[in-house]
Amino acid sequence: MSDFAPQNARDVADIVSALMEARETVEILGNGTRRGMGRPVVANHRLTTRHLSGITLYEPEELVLSVGTGTLLSEIEALLEANGQHLAFEPPHHGAHTIGGVVAAGLSGPRRVLAGAVRDQLLGFTAVNGFGDIFKGGSRVVKNVTGYDLPKLMAGSFGTLSVLCDVTLKVLPRPKARTTLVVRGLAAKEGAALLRRVLGMPLEISGAAFVPEFGGTSVTAMRLEGFAESVADRAQGLARATGAQIAGAEFASFWEMVRDVALLKDAPALWRICVPPVVGADFLGLLPDARGFMDWGGGLVWLGVEDRADCGAAVLRAALAKTGGHATLVRASEATRATLDVFQPQAESLAALTRRVKESFDPLRIFNPGRMYAGL
Amino acid sequence: MKTMSVDLQTLQRRDQIVAALRLLLPNDCVIDDPVALAPYEADALATYRQPPMIVALPNSTTQVASVLRYCYENNVKIVPRGAGTSLSGGAVGLADGVTLGLAKLNRILKIDLANRCVVAQTGVTNLSISNAVAGDGFYYAPDPSSQLACTIGGNVAENSGGVHCLKYGLTTNNILGIEMVLMTGEIVRLGGAFMEADGYDLLGAMVGSEGLLGVVTEVTVRILPKPAQARAMLIGFASIEAAGACVARVIAGGIIPAGMEMMDRACIHAAEAFVHAGYPLDVEALLIVELGGPEVEIAQGLAAVDAIANQTGATCCYTSTSEEERLRFWAGRKAAFPAVACISPDYYCMDGTIPRKRLPDVLQRIEDMSRQHGLQVANVFHAGDGNLHPLILFDANIPGELAKAEQFGDDILRLCVEVGGVLTGEHGVGIEKRDLMPVMFSQADLDQQMRLKCAFDEKHLLNPGKVFPQLKRCAELGRMHVHHGQTRFPDLPRF
Repeated sequence: MSDFAPQNARDVADIVSALMEARETVEILGNGTRRGMGRPVVANHRLTTRHLSGITLYEPEELVLSVGTGTLLSEIEALLEANGQHLAFEPPHHGAHTIGGVVAAGLSGPRRVLAGAVRDQLLGFTAVNGFGDIFKGGSRVVKNVTGYDLPKLMAGSFGTLSVLCDVTLKVLPRPKARTTLVVRGLAAKEGAALLRRVLGMPLEISGAAFVPEFGGTSVTAMRLEGFAESVADRAQGLARATGAQIAGAEFASFWEMVRDVALLKDAPALWRICVPPVVGADFLGLLPDARGFMDWGGGLVWLGVEDRADCGAAVLRAALAKTGGHATLVRASEATRATLDVFQPQAESLAALTRRVKESFDPLRIFNPGRMYAGL
Repeated sequence: MKTMSVDLQTLQRRDQIVAALRLLLPNDCVIDDPVALAPYEADALATYRQPPMIVALPNSTTQVASVLRYCYENNVKIVPRGAGTSLSGGAVGLADGVTLGLAKLNRILKIDLANRCVVAQTGVTNLSISNAVAGDGFYYAPDPSSQLACTIGGNVAENSGGVHCLKYGLTTNNILGIEMVLMTGEIVRLGGAFMEADGYDLLGAMVGSEGLLGVVTEVTVRILPKPAQARAMLIGFASIEAAGACVARVIAGGIIPAGMEMMDRACIHAAEAFVHAGYPLDVEALLIVELGGPEVEIAQGLAAVDAIANQTGATCCYTSTSEEERLRFWAGRKAAFPAVACISPDYYCMDGTIPRKRLPDVLQRIEDMSRQHGLQVANVFHAGDGNLHPLILFDANIPGELAKAEQFGDDILRLCVEVGGVLTGEHGVGIEKRDLMPVMFSQADLDQQMRLKCAFDEKHLLNPGKVFPQLKRCAELGRMHVHHGQTRFPDLPRF
């Protein structure tokens, strides 16, 4: 077992070439903060991208940032904040993430309902594929349809397609003001219905969550961001339409808590469930001993469960077969993750296509074997 | 004309293929009469023409699947086609291929307001989706100029934009799911009425794939609540540089307008003569800036843009006072292409994107090229996102002018790549920019893209001859080249 720590893309290509020759596999890590996501990887070696770091291009007036994938998320966020900008997809924080890990995990926070996901803001990248070739995808401009949109495939691929070396992201102006409005005491179904209703109004809501238990009651929370006058005006409109009230100081870090799923940080096993918003509340109550909450206006359900048997996978996935959507077991013991389908099992034709896409980047299955699907 | 070699064996089987397709589709849905094939010879870039061998017009996903399965088994090439409004030759027929027209799949299947989405068959037009939900206060955001005619399936194939994508995104940012048929006839669903598809983002890869990966039969689009209000400003400048500086300052000031468009003098005059939008004629550059959202926000945005316009030397500035006036401001811009067609026998529209700040520099160089090539150019751009549409004016009846226009166009696109931009922002590569792909991509970049193609269509039967200058065989692309003994691997630093 070797631990590789390449300094640049050329090094990565050399390592991959050697692995091809030796027919050996490698686990790809940034700082390893999300090793517990996905199926456990059994590989001959480890490679960290943490030295592929540094900001290579930042042009605030062009809304674009290029960085090595080993650059810390915290460093990037500090730089953007100093320039009145931010990553609009609101990446969750569970440790000293590298930006490569953020892109590879593909996780987006509450603002996804307004501003889109990681995949929507990843404009371009350089990577090394399983042929040992350095290649690029996308570009540094927002509007680009030249060739296939490979950046989309990289976001959320958990390091199974290529080793990302640098990424180019769209950045946006940071809202100057924000406010949260809440309605207390609603049942989950009522709360979800309220969130769906307000998301259908032209208020540019940037967070829409339902938490069953927060300070003694349920909370249906809505976030508004932008210029101060605009936020105040929309808050008035929202209050008139729903009876919601401006939240107090106890909500100061509410959205960070939703973003980081901090409410369920003690749950031994954690499900992330993407569903049509209209059925979100049903999923919240689906597993008898689960605790959870809804984000994205009901379109994202987090469920914390005991790490026991199948963690409720069979029940969840039977329900998903009827409603559409998918469930990922984002936290559980290694033993559980090794035996369960951590990612949503796919229909045969889609699974076959997924396999062929994986092989088109990494035919020898060098990178993160088995991380997303057993045997792949 | 960049042509494909024709497979004579397929041509000899033509009658046999027609007969087979007539067993799979209703009789009138298979066209083989040369006169009836003519409308399928080109898309909206009329320079490239090739009538297909056969046209098939399926009515359902099942029929699409059976046609593709037959063609897969019998090695017949397929060109998928929506409304044929694309601008890069992507839907041009093949002399030895079947053009698969999808216009009959034209029903909206579900309006799902609770989940804020619409499920439409692939041949539904872009505008009719917005129209179907307008009464409920919603709309589908991407609005290409051809939105009255272009189909949602075609929008997916091309990743269409429009004048409002600066704030609301391109097709790829507004699609939740698709049903598609692979070349083998297998039907695959990606995503649905929820925010993220599972597994690899194959949906993301499908959008903008120009009909080379699969045939989209159904699309689930995200719909948005219509902005409470929208107002547009017309701002005139004495120079392109000043207009460019204004654009940069607006974006840097933290304002993301719903749309921000620029026209140069030639375009302003052509558009004004064509639709009488009320554009000032004594300026060198005109900006249309639209702000959408709550009233207070618009008022603030308008004031901020007005201030920036004054600081950057605007010579005039009008704000729309009614919805009717706002639409009139846009009418000239949206009619820019037909307007230019009135002042020149032919025009050739380019579509490169550049980093915004390079705009003045790039325009100066386009002007120099215009003199060198002896052809005039009219410029219209999506200024907010740096997407240029230089329109090269020429007369195809003058021998050699088309070739000259194409050379001029190539030079412009090379310039876009040179300054850090791309060959195409929204019109696609198609046939038109196919041979320029190596200007932007290395062989390793192109090989990886072609390998992805192989994962979807290993026989290269779907829309061959488009996008890639040289389509390598999948077996060749899959071959490993291990650099024996050449790696620096043993010397690499360890933890």
